[in-house]
Amino acid sequence: MAVFELPDWAALAPALILVATALALFVIDSINPHTKNRSLLAGTTAVGALAALGVAVWFMVAGVGTPTAAGGRGVVELFGGQLVVDQMALFFMTVVSVVTALVAVASYDYMGDHAYQAEYYSLMMLAATGMATMAAANSLVTIFIALELASLPSYALVSILKDNRGSVEGGLKYFLIGALSSAIFVYGISLVYGATGHLQLEAIADNLQGAGEYGGLLGLGILMLIGGFAFKTASVPFHFWAPDAYEGTPAPVAAFLSSASKAAGFVIAFRVFTTAFPLEPTTAVIGVDWTLAFIILAIVTMTLGNFAAATQDNVKRMLAYSSIGHAGYALIGLAGLSADGGEIVMGAAMMHLLVYGFMNTGAFLFVALAEYWGVGRTFEDYNGLSNQAPVACFALGIFMFSLAGIPPLGGFWSKYFLFTGAIEAATANSAMLIVAAALVVNSAISLYYYARLVKAVWIEDPVSGRDTLSQPTGLYAAIIFAAVLTVVALPVFGPIADAALEAATVAIS
Amino acid sequence: MMIEALLAVTLVGALVTFVAPNRIAGKLAFGISLIPAALSLWMFTAFDGSGNALLDGELAFESQFEWIQLGDYTISWLVGLDGISLPLVVLTTVLTSLAIMSSWTPIDERESQFYGLVLFIEANLIGVFTALDFFVWFIFWEAVLIPMYLLIGVWGGPRRKYAAIKFFVYTNVASLLMFGAFITLVFGLGDVTSFALPEVATAMLEGGPDGFAGLGGSALASVVFVAMFLGFAVKVPVVPFHTWLPDAHVEAPTPASVLLAGVLLKMGTYALLRFNFTMFPEQVEAYAIPIAAIAVISVIYGAMLALAQTDLKRIVAYSSVSSMGYVILGLVAYTQFGVGGATFQMVSHGLISGLMFMAVGVIYNATHTRMVTDMSGMADRMPVAVGILVAGAFGYMGLPLMSGFFGEFAIFFGAFGSGLLAYSQLFTSLAMFGIVIVAGYLLFALQRTVFGPYHLETDYDVGRAPLHDVAPMFVLLGIIIALGVAPELIFDMITDAVDPILENGGDA
Repeated sequence: MAVFELPDWAALAPALILVATALALFVIDSINPHTKNRSLLAGTTAVGALAALGVAVWFMVAGVGTPTAAGGRGVVELFGGQLVVDQMALFFMTVVSVVTALVAVASYDYMGDHAYQAEYYSLMMLAATGMATMAAANSLVTIFIALELASLPSYALVSILKDNRGSVEGGLKYFLIGALSSAIFVYGISLVYGATGHLQLEAIADNLQGAGEYGGLLGLGILMLIGGFAFKTASVPFHFWAPDAYEGTPAPVAAFLSSASKAAGFVIAFRVFTTAFPLEPTTAVIGVDWTLAFIILAIVTMTLGNFAAATQDNVKRMLAYSSIGHAGYALIGLAGLSADGGEIVMGAAMMHLLVYGFMNTGAFLFVALAEYWGVGRTFEDYNGLSNQAPVACFALGIFMFSLAGIPPLGGFWSKYFLFTGAIEAATANSAMLIVAAALVVNSAISLYYYARLVKAVWIEDPVSGRDTLSQPTGLYAAIIFAAVLTVVALPVFGPIADAALEAATVAIS
Repeated sequence: MMIEALLAVTLVGALVTFVAPNRIAGKLAFGISLIPAALSLWMFTAFDGSGNALLDGELAFESQFEWIQLGDYTISWLVGLDGISLPLVVLTTVLTSLAIMSSWTPIDERESQFYGLVLFIEANLIGVFTALDFFVWFIFWEAVLIPMYLLIGVWGGPRRKYAAIKFFVYTNVASLLMFGAFITLVFGLGDVTSFALPEVATAMLEGGPDGFAGLGGSALASVVFVAMFLGFAVKVPVVPFHTWLPDAHVEAPTPASVLLAGVLLKMGTYALLRFNFTMFPEQVEAYAIPIAAIAVISVIYGAMLALAQTDLKRIVAYSSVSSMGYVILGLVAYTQFGVGGATFQMVSHGLISGLMFMAVGVIYNATHTRMVTDMSGMADRMPVAVGILVAGAFGYMGLPLMSGFFGEFAIFFGAFGSGLLAYSQLFTSLAMFGIVIVAGYLLFALQRTVFGPYHLETDYDVGRAPLHDVAPMFVLLGIIIALGVAPELIFDMITDAVDPILENGGDA
């Protein structure tokens, strides 16, 4: 027995810590406007994110959010079920916090001479708060609010380089497409509400039968919801903002958006579709199995992302398209659900998003390092960097091979489980065989462009006349830490897999 | 825990070497590599296993614990050795030590990274030959690619970039095919709850798969068999999947070639033996003729290609394709001498081709050319190195009292009398003809390079090779002769592990 019982709302502590950190940054900024004390600002951000990470992990270990039947302390429902803290929520809060911490540490150097220091870090923490809330949101309204809370600071973050055309252009594109998809998403919510009369996810599920005569309406609403998720996760058909936004924005922000924001988009998709629209009753009402939509989206997204990535000359755009490809992999988590199964495939998608959080953040942070050095943007500009910076390039090799899914790195494990899960799901739905085949083919294609970057830094002859490269502490620390996490995923994958699979099992049941 | 110790020593050694100063990296790596070599030799003497690892055999140095629970399926850390894998582990560790010593001369940049990667490959190769859970095995299997890609790509010859990416893409695509096939098989085997190879093998032999996604049981088994065969065939490689091999070999630095020909190719044949020829006896019988045809074509076509080359390294590289064809023929014969001889030949070819690549490398270090047409009379200037090259060539041709003779003899003997393979006499006779071509191209190349008046089109001053270049070759030669004189040193344990395979449908 605990010495004292924490109140229920304390279960939201990871999100609360993030918002408190954002407020602390405001306080610092108001006491000392335009401060450039970047140790203080980046330090506060990193400490806040790490505290949120620590609490989220501690909660998971302590059994908060685990059903009592499984020996835990029970799923915490707050505000009449508007927010819920279960294993899935904590899992994704972990992902968001760890990415935020890495990006904050890296920004210490990258944003070193930027004019709006405090604004940058507080916007990042606010966005992180929104993403953490998305992980816990359990009603279409809270989901929408959390989504906007995450999106609005992100628009500002993308265009934080006010004098840089690319940054502003990327921000504008991101904003316009974001606004459009938000509108579609809200419209979808209204249709679902019209059909079922509820916004809270369990209540929607309970009232699906009553929506019998509005089956088409409900189906349209669901399709529109998928549009909203597609924007947030950078999946087809709302993926095209990603390359421009990532290319224009500072690389740490791109790392933040492509890892944390994508994971947050997926958690709401997972929650909405497993909780509000259970497969059998929904199919009975709308007449179509919604996994079909995700099967198509998964195949198209991963194929488009990988083929587009293979043709890029700009490293950041390559990573942006690769992040679209990985969204396609994670979509398999929803495509593989079936009436009586799918834990493995959904758990695998969650693992993939976690591992992706390390390896993709690390890869973008390497780009941040290259931008910090000012070596240029294309593959050729990266030629022979390993002669001058072997440690960082070694880490880059780890990220690239992990993204390509080569053992023994973290990315292999999650991809392996995704593949295993897809094959297992094929016993119930043989269309999943095509998805599994697409996964394999795409993995093979992706190896080409990931290996190309490794080849550039390790094998090609160095660009002549390059200045000596400095070793910025924060960026190096973040990159090495991300690389260590990607490698350490090997021995500790047991607990990660357990956590993800338990969370998926609870979410599906 | 001996195998874990072996892996840990090698991995830690790789890390230590990676951060060591370049100046001492070579000596340091050699010193470190002696530890796993000594450990594995000790394991060789202390080996107490019997039977086949996948078929209820008594494993030596076994250790197992559960790792990850994935739904109903358990992934375990399961390692152990039987009579098939132990000789290959010893081959790996010994050959790595010798390869490291042979790279002291040619490798003169980024030494610490080079030797670190070599040790990293060694660790993964040990893993491939000891892991008995599919999952663990596949990790090691694929992890070999990254360091080999970098070894070829960074330290290789002029066309290294092309060769490295070709090697990587070919073998990786093949691995994915094999990987997908095996996972499908496991799900098709209704009541299997782990990826442990012994459990899968048992389930395969006691009824086979139930079927999967519309495919019936036997159709599924056939599809998986073919897909896995193709996947491994690229790694072996057999014609027509061999084109990555000469590129990779020619561009790779000598020590990488030694490991590539000596051990990496054996991964393919080892996996064929462990998977296809252990788990699918019915399919082996059904597909025996096409497989034997592929084997014979590899033997003859590989030898013809070697005959057409003027680059010494390319000659040795293509002859590997030919030698691997013998291994496949021995496997598909499915007799004790066939499969046992094939396994023996894996070890023997690893030693002999390693020796040949080292000898060619030593000559190249001195002359900076490998073209047969550029040199003649090398015996005058480099008598020791050239002597070893000639000895290696005779080993390749199957000179009695060298290990190549016993390996090929066992394969032919086993294949000729095979009851399972139809037209086995015809296939064997055709394959035997390959020996003639092998002798032809090797003697032809030697005659032009080694003998005659000394002539060399190069600006380099050609002198005798240093001791640390020739010492590893003498060690290899010693082992080759030892195994040729006394093949029972390893052949007894090999047949002990091979016999249970043949009880399930082979011609025991």
